[in-house]
Amino acid sequence: MDGTINLLLEKYSHSRRDSLIPILQEIQEEVGYLSEEAIVKVGNHLNIPTSKIYGLATFYNQFRFEPKGKYHIQVCHGTACHLFGAIRIIDIIERKLKVKAGQTTRNGKFSLEIVPCIGACAQAPVISVNGEYHSNLTEDHLGQVLIDLNGE
Amino acid sequence: MQFNIEVNNRVIEARKGETILSTLYRNGIKVPTLCNMKDLSPTGACRICVVEVEGKENLITSCSYPVEESMRIKTHSPRVVKARKTLVELLLSNHPDDCLYCERNGCCELQDLAIDLNIRERRISGKKSRHKLDLSSPSIIRDPAKCILCGRCVRVCDEIQSVSTLDFLNRGSKTLIGTAMARDLNFSSCINCGRCVMVCPTGALHEHGYMDEVLDSLNNSSLNVIVQYGPAVTVSLAEEFGIKPGKDINGLINAALRKIGFKYIFDTAFAADVVVMETVETLMQKLESNDGFPVISSCCPAWIKYAEQFYPDALPLISTCKSPQQVLGSIIKSYFASEQGINPNSIYSVSIMPCLAKKFEAQREEMTHKTISDVDVVLTTREFSRLIQLYGIDMHNIEPQTPDSPFGVRSSASKLFGASGGTTEAILRTLHFKMTGKEMSSMKYQELRMVNGVKEVAVKIGGKEINIVIANGLTGIRNLMEGILNKTINAHFIEIMACPGGCVNGGGQPFKSDDKDVKARMRTLYDIDDIDSLKVSHKNPLVIDLYEKYLDKEGSDKAKRQLHTCYSKRDVLL
Amino acid sequence: MDSLINPNDTKFFLEHVLINDPLGYPKDVENKLDFFRRNRISKPVIFLGITSSSVCAGVFEVKSAIESYISEKSLDIDLVVVGSIGLCSDEPLVDVQLPGKNRIIFRKITSSDIPTILDGVLNKFVPSELALGQYRHKLYEPWQGVPFIEDLEYFKGQNRIVLANCGKINPNSIIDYMAYGGYRALSKALRNHTYEEICSMIEQSGLRGRGGGGYPTGTKWRKALQVSTDQRYMICNADESDPGAFVYRLLMESDPHKIIEGLIISAYAVGASKAIIYTRNSNSLTVERLELAIKQAYEVGLLGYNILDSGFNIDMSVRKGPGAYVCGEETALIKSIEGKRGMPTVKPPYPTEQGLFGRPTIVNNVETIANISSIILNGVDWYTSIGTEKSKGTKLFAISGKVANTCFVEVSMGTSLAKVIDITGGTLNSKKLKAIHIGGPSGFSVLPEELNIQIDFDKMKEAGIAMGTGGIQVFDDSVCMIDLIKYYMYFIQKESCGKCIPCREGSRRMLEILQNITKRPVNENGQNTLERFKGVIHLESLAEVMRDTSLCGLGQTAPNPVLRSLKLFRDEYEEHIFDRKCKAGVCRDLRTFYIDIEKCTGCTACAKKCPTNAIIGTPRSPYFVVEDKCIGCGVCEDVCKFSAVYFK
Repeated sequence: MDGTINLLLEKYSHSRRDSLIPILQEIQEEVGYLSEEAIVKVGNHLNIPTSKIYGLATFYNQFRFEPKGKYHIQVCHGTACHLFGAIRIIDIIERKLKVKAGQTTRNGKFSLEIVPCIGACAQAPVISVNGEYHSNLTEDHLGQVLIDLNGE
Repeated sequence: MQFNIEVNNRVIEARKGETILSTLYRNGIKVPTLCNMKDLSPTGACRICVVEVEGKENLITSCSYPVEESMRIKTHSPRVVKARKTLVELLLSNHPDDCLYCERNGCCELQDLAIDLNIRERRISGKKSRHKLDLSSPSIIRDPAKCILCGRCVRVCDEIQSVSTLDFLNRGSKTLIGTAMARDLNFSSCINCGRCVMVCPTGALHEHGYMDEVLDSLNNSSLNVIVQYGPAVTVSLAEEFGIKPGKDINGLINAALRKIGFKYIFDTAFAADVVVMETVETLMQKLESNDGFPVISSCCPAWIKYAEQFYPDALPLISTCKSPQQVLGSIIKSYFASEQGINPNSIYSVSIMPCLAKKFEAQREEMTHKTISDVDVVLTTREFSRLIQLYGIDMHNIEPQTPDSPFGVRSSASKLFGASGGTTEAILRTLHFKMTGKEMSSMKYQELRMVNGVKEVAVKIGGKEINIVIANGLTGIRNLMEGILNKTINAHFIEIMACPGGCVNGGGQPFKSDDKDVKARMRTLYDIDDIDSLKVSHKNPLVIDLYEKYLDKEGSDKAKRQLHTCYSKRDVLL
Repeated sequence: MDSLINPNDTKFFLEHVLINDPLGYPKDVENKLDFFRRNRISKPVIFLGITSSSVCAGVFEVKSAIESYISEKSLDIDLVVVGSIGLCSDEPLVDVQLPGKNRIIFRKITSSDIPTILDGVLNKFVPSELALGQYRHKLYEPWQGVPFIEDLEYFKGQNRIVLANCGKINPNSIIDYMAYGGYRALSKALRNHTYEEICSMIEQSGLRGRGGGGYPTGTKWRKALQVSTDQRYMICNADESDPGAFVYRLLMESDPHKIIEGLIISAYAVGASKAIIYTRNSNSLTVERLELAIKQAYEVGLLGYNILDSGFNIDMSVRKGPGAYVCGEETALIKSIEGKRGMPTVKPPYPTEQGLFGRPTIVNNVETIANISSIILNGVDWYTSIGTEKSKGTKLFAISGKVANTCFVEVSMGTSLAKVIDITGGTLNSKKLKAIHIGGPSGFSVLPEELNIQIDFDKMKEAGIAMGTGGIQVFDDSVCMIDLIKYYMYFIQKESCGKCIPCREGSRRMLEILQNITKRPVNENGQNTLERFKGVIHLESLAEVMRDTSLCGLGQTAPNPVLRSLKLFRDEYEEHIFDRKCKAGVCRDLRTFYIDIEKCTGCTACAKKCPTNAIIGTPRSPYFVVEDKCIGCGVCEDVCKFSAVYFK
């Protein structure tokens, strides 16, 4: 991981503060989350206090501070999905997989993220598991998806 | 350019470019604020200062909006008052209701505002955010539950102190103020200067108090409780008792301390004289070899921690002499203890300082001898005033007294330590004597006084130019340090104080004092110097005594052992 | 991704198309353009609409089905990626064009439909149940029994200017864009007009910012132009983050060059040499297409140093917003680009004076930018002829919710809201329309009887509503308004930046009040009802203070849905407060559960799990719910394996 971040920071030599968000985004893409180490490294590189980086990262939805689960489940909670029962879906996933929104299960298998509108209002409600979409979700369909995930 | 605006149906004069708020203040119209800070640009976060401006759809914040010609403003219309009241009620709905137990009870801006707005009923209620109390720092306690997120601490830490320990974390109703990785304060880059405490409108940031420890030891007959007080304390305490700000009540303080029951009472200024002697010795040695400059002052513990974190490369330049508090603490538990035949273990050494970082300094490992701390506990000026009140001492009806021997005499130079530039002035007086063998004709270095920020000064001593830098507040500190490290700034002595103005404006000083009060304190220190006859440290008979009887001479091995220390790089999240 | 632009093609467009008047194109240029427009084809072409919306609908499965169909039969067929025409609920859409025949669109295609369609079409037979419509072309033979798309209800009421290319052209090809007239406006602006003139043209056009406020775009530009500086910035605000609004995202994915061209012209007009598109990181396809399009524009020489020999230099980049609703506010957006927490700052100073890095900065909404090129190309007179007196041009909307067709549309200003709903085909399953909501979490609900309101900045304001950025949700009786308002308030308190008191604390308290209304208290008594009722009174006064004192637009407009709903749906509030009923059955806590004695086997599962012991009975015979004890938690429904539990 160390090497990845160093390599990445090399790309951003002579960068200023406005590169902070792109750098953090790339780190998260490569490593999956922002570790303390990464934040300190970026701080040293850009000469920004770590408190400011942490403050910034906690502001935005995108950044996370623990690794994603093996299965990263995103549930859309846009208006259309809300009207078609997204709350119920979140509820079921939280209960069946014993995971809370924004967290990863202790065994690292599942992580759940509530996202505001993924733009597929025609297919509401929608979830995505590791980038694979399940749309027009019914409770039965969701149940099957979860059984499949749990079974593996 | 000046023009007229109409406020509350009255015409007042406004100046182009100023904000509505400053126009109102200049004209004696009071509008409350919670987030506004002098000298810093407005953020418009609290919205308490909203006013109604004709032609504007919404209320606007007077702290940020510039005056415009022929504006018509209402500062206390029903709409405005309702809005302000609701805003404060909203804050209160998420605020712990423990005012009676709060550090800031009686001097809380939120409390005052609630009173001013006549809030007498709990109209809005709801779930309150739960937060952990951060007791980790020896200097500062953070109570996020009481935080109203005005952001003053964040700004002062960023913009005035350039430390940036604090920032807003999270978003929306989960917003709070915290450190990097939401760690506790003692793991953070906090230098304990306490500027944040001084600007916090509520009890969200306050000092780590040690009153109970002091009371316990006062009640413990097997302990010899000894107290010392810093030079800036005597000119600051007056305000807490309704005496004119800046009045020196040194004698009353001695009397009060004796009434409280401290066995021995010493003035830290005595130790400042010793610090002068030691520092001058260092300078003399370096002048001889003309190497190893600059020497950077070590009196300010907040600055020391700053250097340990941000400029470890500069640590070898920092004077190895301890601060006056620690010097006196060390002498008390060694020389004084053996003179009096007291077991150092039975001494409980209390220090009263205008400072929060001193609390941190006292518990540093570097400040111990064989596991015995030089100083056991540090109280702030504010805690001291509460101690006096607790013991029911009427400061208006007691007679002044003097401190105890053998440290009962101090020079007026040592008193100057309380203001930025004063340490240097005291050192230069003795340095002058050591270099030339003569006393200065006029003792005053006017150019070292009332410095704002960073100032380079060159003085001539016996034909040799001595270069000085004075810095107070850490705003310009980064440039200064870069300059020192890459040798573009060449100075012999550099004095750095973390608080703007020096200790008279320290983080442990009374709340509610303004710039005027701080100036008054500073002026008193200079007045004392004008009146006193003993103006130089090297003539202090008791200092000479101390060297003769115990320390041998300046810079001796014994002095090194007792009065000097060294610092090392500190690993924290910067 | 490689852009793969043929240098000869570039040369052709730069030398023959961009610098000439379309009326004066020689025959050979026209012919060649027809070739690029795929008006002349020698082999069948399949068009596949790939956007983030159709990806969710499974377009990639359809794509592989087409590819394997082609390779299995060794056919010589081109497969072209296009964007979205707007009919999201009909996705995935597959268009097929045969030489000599009209381009025909098939809807709701799954991978299993592919052989049917292609077997049919390639043999000149249309599986008409899958066909949506056909494009009209004067030279080609139409398909029998398939409607022309302009006759479809969906297209009839629209005036597609911004959306003209959407779903038609390949968004990954700058050549496609130029073949359909792209970058001619830019060329015209740079060759024939000074930046001053462009600025004046936009002023005269009456174009108003589509970000919601309706501030005249030209006036804004003029302000920035008047500040003397060494650097100006032009920012396109593409951080579409209203939940339920997706039109900008799909526009950028379907026709990214339209935005880029508009942005270059805008930057030219305000004298900015740096342009930034700020969009959402989570919309990876949008980012990908924009970045590719920018790369192509650089390659062709439409971005960079001295573009089209005009002496004008322009750099453009995409910034990926890490996700915060408040970053749609211009000062917060600027903070975010600077690498800070996206917290709005006080105005004045306005961004036009002191914006990004302290320099004059224009922030324009993506729809505003998308209008620029057509105004320049077709002229001010043409543009002012569209729309109403004070609101010119068209407006984009994304319509979702309980609607027959989730889609996006472009209608002329002055069109009534009712017409917009008609275009989409009305409510889902033709149920009774309860209301529509326009403008997302800061928007307004509109009753069916108010739908004659015209789309017009000022008229909507008069009617007490606002245009918003283009999200419309449609509700039938299955939607509980209290629940919906609660959802919006939840969104706001989560997305508030937390800086100012009214928004941070106010939104939170308002949410709590709404939650109280929809919660079932354990011991119901008159006092509680009174408390709840008091809450509603506070709701109104809190909302007013929040609107009056908040720092930025987010806080100022956040109370809109609440205030509006208190006016329109008072009865629903009262029903929740006093009768403890949610007619729509949405508010879970207010439900009472029942057991269907026909289905119940008496397995005892529900009785064991019921937290209030509200379910009683004898094992192996049907159980009952004691209504007074039921708290509506729904655990019984969850555990019942026989679907015997239902609620009213």
